[in-house]
Amino acid sequence: MTIDSLIATPSELTDNASAKTAIVLMTRIRLARNLVGQPFPGWARPAQRTAVLEACREAVTATAPMKRSLSVAVSGLSDLEKQILVERHLISRELSGSAQGSGVVISRDQTFSVMVNEEDHLRIQVLRSGFQLRKAWNAINDLDTALEDRLDFAFSPTLGYLTACPTNLGTGLRGSAMMHLPALVIAGQMEKVVRAVNQLGMVVRGLFGEGSDASGSIFQISNQTTLGEPEEEIIKRLGSVLESIVEHELNARAKLLEADAGKVFDKIGRAYGILQNSHLLSSNEAMNLLSLIRLGVDLGVFTDGCRAAIDRLFIEAQPGHLQHAQKAPCEPGQRDLLRAARLRSEFANVLRPDFNAAANSRS
Amino acid sequence: MTNPLKCDFCAKPATVHLTRIENNKVHKVDLCDACAQIKGVTDPTEFSSLADLLSKASLNPEPVAAGVRCEQCGFTQADFKKHGRFGCPSCYDAFKGLLAPMLEGMHKGTTHTGKVPQVALSRRSLSDRLSQLENGLTAAIKAEHYEDAARFRDEITQVKQSAGPKQAD
Repeated sequence: MTIDSLIATPSELTDNASAKTAIVLMTRIRLARNLVGQPFPGWARPAQRTAVLEACREAVTATAPMKRSLSVAVSGLSDLEKQILVERHLISRELSGSAQGSGVVISRDQTFSVMVNEEDHLRIQVLRSGFQLRKAWNAINDLDTALEDRLDFAFSPTLGYLTACPTNLGTGLRGSAMMHLPALVIAGQMEKVVRAVNQLGMVVRGLFGEGSDASGSIFQISNQTTLGEPEEEIIKRLGSVLESIVEHELNARAKLLEADAGKVFDKIGRAYGILQNSHLLSSNEAMNLLSLIRLGVDLGVFTDGCRAAIDRLFIEAQPGHLQHAQKAPCEPGQRDLLRAARLRSEFANVLRPDFNAAANSRS
Repeated sequence: MTNPLKCDFCAKPATVHLTRIENNKVHKVDLCDACAQIKGVTDPTEFSSLADLLSKASLNPEPVAAGVRCEQCGFTQADFKKHGRFGCPSCYDAFKGLLAPMLEGMHKGTTHTGKVPQVALSRRSLSDRLSQLENGLTAAIKAEHYEDAARFRDEITQVKQSAGPKQAD
C-alpha cells in the first residue's frame, strides 16, 4: 500500500460523517509502549533505533488489524507526504520531524496507526469517528494484547508501563476527542470551559494538539493523568467530561438562537456567500467558515447531506492535502487561490441556506 | 520521643541543624560540633559546600545524589533535568528517589492499577527460569555433579512441557 492509495481509500475520519458526529467529530486513544532492555528513542544510538524499528514493524504488521497495512520509514517519506499524514492525525508533528530510524504502520481503513520511535518505542493509536470512546478502547486493547504476544514491553508491577516521559507512566493511555464547539466560542465561554475541564484533570488543546490554535472552533480534549487508576476509569471520567461539554455547547446554541438568532444566521449566511464566491482563502479563514456551515447543518439551515463534504473539507483544505491534489508544492499565496477555487466548486452545488427551517425547528 | 538527634556523620549528639527547602522538597542535616567544623558549616561564606552537604545527606527515603546515573544506559540526573525524559526503562529504578515526589503531583495516584501484560510477563519469567536452570545444568556438568545435572535436566524438560501447550495455541 502507498500513500497515494491511502489517500484515495475512504477513511474513518473523512467519510463517516453523520448526525452522530455533530459535536464530537472523532475519538482517539493512544497507548505508549516501550521494549524491555532498550534505551528510549530519544536516548538510543542510531543502530539501536534501527533495530527497534525493524523489530516493531515486523511485530505490528503481523497482527490481524494491520494486514495489508501501509508500513513506512519516516526517512522514506517526502515532506508533503509527512504533512498529509499529520493533517489526517495519523502521525504526530514530532514523528514527522524525527531523526533516522522512525516509522509508522497505518491500517488500510486508517483507524489504526502505530508510530515507532516517536517519544516512545511504540505509540499505538486508534481513531473512530464520532463519540466512541468505549469502542475505541476495546479495539486498541485488543491490538495491544496481540502485540504483547510478539514483543516484551517494559513494565513494572508498581509503576505500570514504563515510558520515556513520566507524565505517560502507568497505563500510557491518552484518550481524546475532537469537538466542534462554535457556540461556546461565539458566546465567549470557552475560557470558562477550559478552566473547568482542567480542574477535572483533563486538557484542552487546538486541532493539531499541543501548541496549535483552535481554528474552526475545533478543540481536542484529553486526559492528563495516566497513573493511579485503571484504563476503564480514565475512559469513564473522560467520557463524562465530554458529555457535559456537549451539553454546554447545546445550551449555548439554544441561548444564542433565543437571544440573537439574527447574529448567528448572519454569520452562517456570510460564510456561505464567501465560500461560494471568494478567490483567496487562508487555511485559518477556511476552517472558520466551514465551522459556521457545519453549525448551520446542525441547526437545520443546510441539509444533512452536506455534512460529509464539510468534514472532508476540514482535512482537504489543509495545505498538505491541497498541494497533493495539485500534484506540486506551491507557495502559501498560491495555495490560498487553490483553496478558494476548491471551496467555490464544492459550494456551487450546496443549496441556499433555509433559515426558516432552523427557526421552525426551534418552535 | 525524647531521643536527641544524632550527627549524620558520626552519631554523636547533633548540635547544628540545617534545613533547606528546594522545589517543595525538604532536606535536613544534623551535625555534631566537630563535624560541623570539619564540613565548614559554621563558615557562612561556604555556601557551595553547604549545598553539597545537604544534597548528600538529605533525609529522603532514597536520596538522589548529584552523581546518580543509570547503570544500564548511562543517563544522569543532569540529563533528565535537560530533557525531561528518561534514557531507558531501567532509569525508573536508578532515579527512584527523584521520581517519587514528582509523581505525586503529576498523577491521580503513584501505583499502577490498570492493565498488566500477563502473557508477556509469564513468558519472560518462564524464559528467565529456563536460563537459570540451564546455567545450573552447565555448572553442574562442569563440576561433575551428575546427580544435580540430572535434576536440572528433568526440571528443564518439565518447564518446557508446561510452556508447550500455551505456545501451541
